Amino acid sequence: MTTVRVALPAHLRTLAGVGSEVRVEVPDAPTIDDLIEALEAAYPALHGTIRDRATARRRSFMRYFACGRDLSHEPTDQPLPDAVAGGAEVFSVVGAIAGG
Amino acid sequence: MAKIRVLVGTRKGAFVLTSDAARRDWEVDGPHFGGWQIMHVNGSPADPDRIYASQWTDWHGQVVQRSDDGGGTWEPVGNDFSYDGETGTHLWYDGTPHPWDFNRVWHFEPSPDDPDTVFAGAEDAALFRSTDGGRSWKELSGLRTHSTGGAWQPGAGGLCLHTILIDPADTRRMYVAISAAGAFRTQDGGDTWHLATKGLRSEFLPDPEASVGHCVHNLAMHPSRPDTLYMQKHWDVCRSDDAGDHWTEVSGNLPSDFGFPIAVHAHEPETVYVVPILSDSQHYPPDGKLRVARSRTAGDEWELLTEGLPQKDCYVNILRDAMAVDSLDECGVYFGTTGGQVYVSPDSGDSWAPIVEHLPSVLSVEVQTIR
Repeated sequence: MTTVRVALPAHLRTLAGVGSEVRVEVPDAPTIDDLIEALEAAYPALHGTIRDRATARRRSFMRYFACGRDLSHEPTDQPLPDAVAGGAEVFSVVGAIAGG
Repeated sequence: MAKIRVLVGTRKGAFVLTSDAARRDWEVDGPHFGGWQIMHVNGSPADPDRIYASQWTDWHGQVVQRSDDGGGTWEPVGNDFSYDGETGTHLWYDGTPHPWDFNRVWHFEPSPDDPDTVFAGAEDAALFRSTDGGRSWKELSGLRTHSTGGAWQPGAGGLCLHTILIDPADTRRMYVAISAAGAFRTQDGGDTWHLATKGLRSEFLPDPEASVGHCVHNLAMHPSRPDTLYMQKHWDVCRSDDAGDHWTEVSGNLPSDFGFPIAVHAHEPETVYVVPILSDSQHYPPDGKLRVARSRTAGDEWELLTEGLPQKDCYVNILRDAMAVDSLDECGVYFGTTGGQVYVSPDSGDSWAPIVEHLPSVLSVEVQTIR
């Protein structure tokens, strides 16, 4: 197991009752799926708020950024960048800039 | 001494307004869930400290919040609204088949006698029930799988089940309304449903008297007369005296029979309130005058109530779930506007005053009378 760092958007920080960054335990060589599953297990209120409950697909107004890259459209079952898996870089869950 | 608690859902959070029975001095608590759209907040008749709130945004979808202390503190509970079994299609705006897809909860209706039992009206249209205080939800799929379901088509707000009425004398009998499908009745607790649209007429339909396709905006019922239902439709105010089997238009002398909410006086089953809105293309009051229409004759004859309401330059709307009554001896009537005002009349509508004037756009208003 290893620990990854995750940054959540403001509404989800409030919902989960956490600060700007959380740490979750994931299997070695974690994938996006592993990370989100660990996040939902640690903070059940986040179920359905990042990815759809029925399809497990990323909600359309949510994006995943890490290591200066947009990972939103990467396969969710492929290993995360080493810097994220090793805890050096934060995996950011970002809300689309939209609305009013 | 009795206390009044007004539960307000807005586009940017929930607010709890409290007063004593005089209903003159109010405390405003909120926003709760600031920045989230709060579709509806409703309390349990069996335990007024048990409150359910539907919290939603486009970004994060549906969250259900529950309070066990009258809105002071909240806990997120279950948000798994999975349709039961295979989902077919309904009609999309363009008339093509579209898969059923859960989006959000428009309305919570707690059971009259059990705080842990609550019904949720969803978009895409379906009825869910929880018997564990909102922790888990099960669809009552007999409604969505009604023989007409494939022909249901969304209104501008989506294909939403927005109104749930429970007969307090027989809680297995319930009524729901769906935009833009119509009204339905169950007599077996939600297993089977019957269309309740006969007599409705909607000119925008190819067949104005079709059995489905009517854009019902809201239903109301007085608990002492559960066979009598009132309806504000897209156009037309209607009444049924036979539990929805037949409807009669009772718009009478209303300045406009377009509108969204409808409410019944707490002690006078034939006193009804609507808020006339100019038209479906201009969602604001006629002549810039905010007027509540009251009928003391179960419709047809209406008087316009204006004292304390803006009578010029007013262009707000009052949405379908944004009107409610209390049950004090002198019935109070309440409504919220898209301009962020919540008004109270402590005298059955004769006079009005704002409780609060600068909230985010108001989506829903419910009132608890706490004795």
